[in-house]
Amino acid sequence: MTTPTTDTARPTTGSQRPAEGRVRGPGAAFPFGSNALLGIAGSACFLLLWEIAPRTGAVSATYLPPASEVLTTLGERLLVAGFWVAVGDTLAGWGLGLAIAFTAAVTLGFVVGSVPALRTFTASTVEFLRPIPSVALIPLAILLYGTDIRSTLLLVVYASFWQIYIQVLYGVADVDPVADQTARSYGLGRLARIRYVVWPSALPYVLTGVRLGAAVALILAVTAQLTIGSPGLGQEIAVAQSGGATALVYALIVATGAIGVLVNVGVRALERRVLHWHTSVRGEIAA
Amino acid sequence: MLDVNGVQKIYRGKDREVEAVRDLTFRLEEGELACLVGPSGCGKTTLLKCIAGLLKPTSGSVEVAGKAVTGPPRDMSVVFQEYGRSLFSWLTVQGNVELPLKEKKLSKERRRTLVTEALEAVGLADSARSYPWQLSGGMQQRVAIARAIAYEPRVLLMDEPFAAVDAQTRADLEDLIRGLWQRFSMTVLFITHDIDEAVYLGQRVLVLSSSPTVVQDDVAVDLPAERDQLTTRSDQRFTELRARVYSEIQNAKNGQAASAPAAT
Repeated sequence: MTTPTTDTARPTTGSQRPAEGRVRGPGAAFPFGSNALLGIAGSACFLLLWEIAPRTGAVSATYLPPASEVLTTLGERLLVAGFWVAVGDTLAGWGLGLAIAFTAAVTLGFVVGSVPALRTFTASTVEFLRPIPSVALIPLAILLYGTDIRSTLLLVVYASFWQIYIQVLYGVADVDPVADQTARSYGLGRLARIRYVVWPSALPYVLTGVRLGAAVALILAVTAQLTIGSPGLGQEIAVAQSGGATALVYALIVATGAIGVLVNVGVRALERRVLHWHTSVRGEIAA
Repeated sequence: MLDVNGVQKIYRGKDREVEAVRDLTFRLEEGELACLVGPSGCGKTTLLKCIAGLLKPTSGSVEVAGKAVTGPPRDMSVVFQEYGRSLFSWLTVQGNVELPLKEKKLSKERRRTLVTEALEAVGLADSARSYPWQLSGGMQQRVAIARAIAYEPRVLLMDEPFAAVDAQTRADLEDLIRGLWQRFSMTVLFITHDIDEAVYLGQRVLVLSSSPTVVQDDVAVDLPAERDQLTTRSDQRFTELRARVYSEIQNAKNGQAASAPAAT
């Protein structure tokens, strides 16, 4: 059975920076030290390069308009209602798909993960289904649902389901035997143990799954709109491309990137909030 | 109060069998504090799990207050050695102590009373809202003890509870256990590998043989009820008892039978 590398299976957060050596309470704001400054400097450098390369003719401005032009185009787009409708459609496909995948993956993951025989019974099937690239399902989606939002949902759900499901399986299996024995010795039944012991133990994994799933869901939402033509940012990109509006294509790509960043920041904030008790977040106290 | 009758436990692996516990029989009267010592690897933890209803013995039976143990008994609580893993880090100190009471379907007021009383009894009344991992090791084990006390057990099982704390904390916790036992009048079975601790704490010390395990000796500790880390430990009787338990454990390791049959 293939297993994800530990850094994807293990919940991580970006709040551990031993260099600083300062005690930080749980749920502290995103750190704004020298690392953050370095990051900002890096982004500024990248933008500068992007600006200079087309202007000096190192890269043809037809293929890569300068950063300022792309950002101006994006700024103009932000004032157009149609852009926000497309953003809304993309987020709807993403959010709804992720919600369905989450519900299904957590439910199934807990049931299958709690019954070792069932887990073994399904393992080989899962290992077969999981690597199927969601984009390979595009023709099927069109066949079934045409350009409807359900096509997008099919792809988004399929892709993000496995990310979350696999993490849930790991999480359910990672319950500390001593914690479980403690719960049993105090008369906690199966359901109570799932609620008070298994669920919190699995939560770091679940949230890692959500973070991975959210990223993949966004990719698939945009892919579906690009190739199937269901409404959203992806479709806008396709339209801009056929109209030869290079700067607009770049502007929309930047917009999808920005959404991706926001999604990731949001999930990380959720992790820090929900897992304030977990070693990966609380960090500062040697237990 | 606690009856262990001919308990045997055989772990069956794929192609070999390990007999962890051969034939254990002993009985604790109501309100007794007994310590169980034995050489390492003698199946102490296996026995504890059988008594706690977490493991089914291969043969023999365990009875608590006259009722056969088939699952974790309602009037028993267990304190594990690994407090860091036994406490739930996602719950506060108060949440940890209260959780078993919720499962007992006690009213909110009753739960509050029990939690406050238990935390006060272990000296942690001020830490109710902290998380276990914000406390020191000794304090964490106090939380686990408070959780056990709040459950209002008639039998308290402790599995090497102080093996992982430093010597000073350990002495404090030993006195705490004596105090709680007198205050709440429970039957206590305290499992340890530390001979001094067993003699200091117990009214009785049960010495186990090495695996496959039987009761090697049953030593009555005739020290005064009021014990003190300094005077009790320097008492001549303490030294004699300690020597007796020590030599029994040596015999156990060498596989010899008890020098004198148990007098109970």
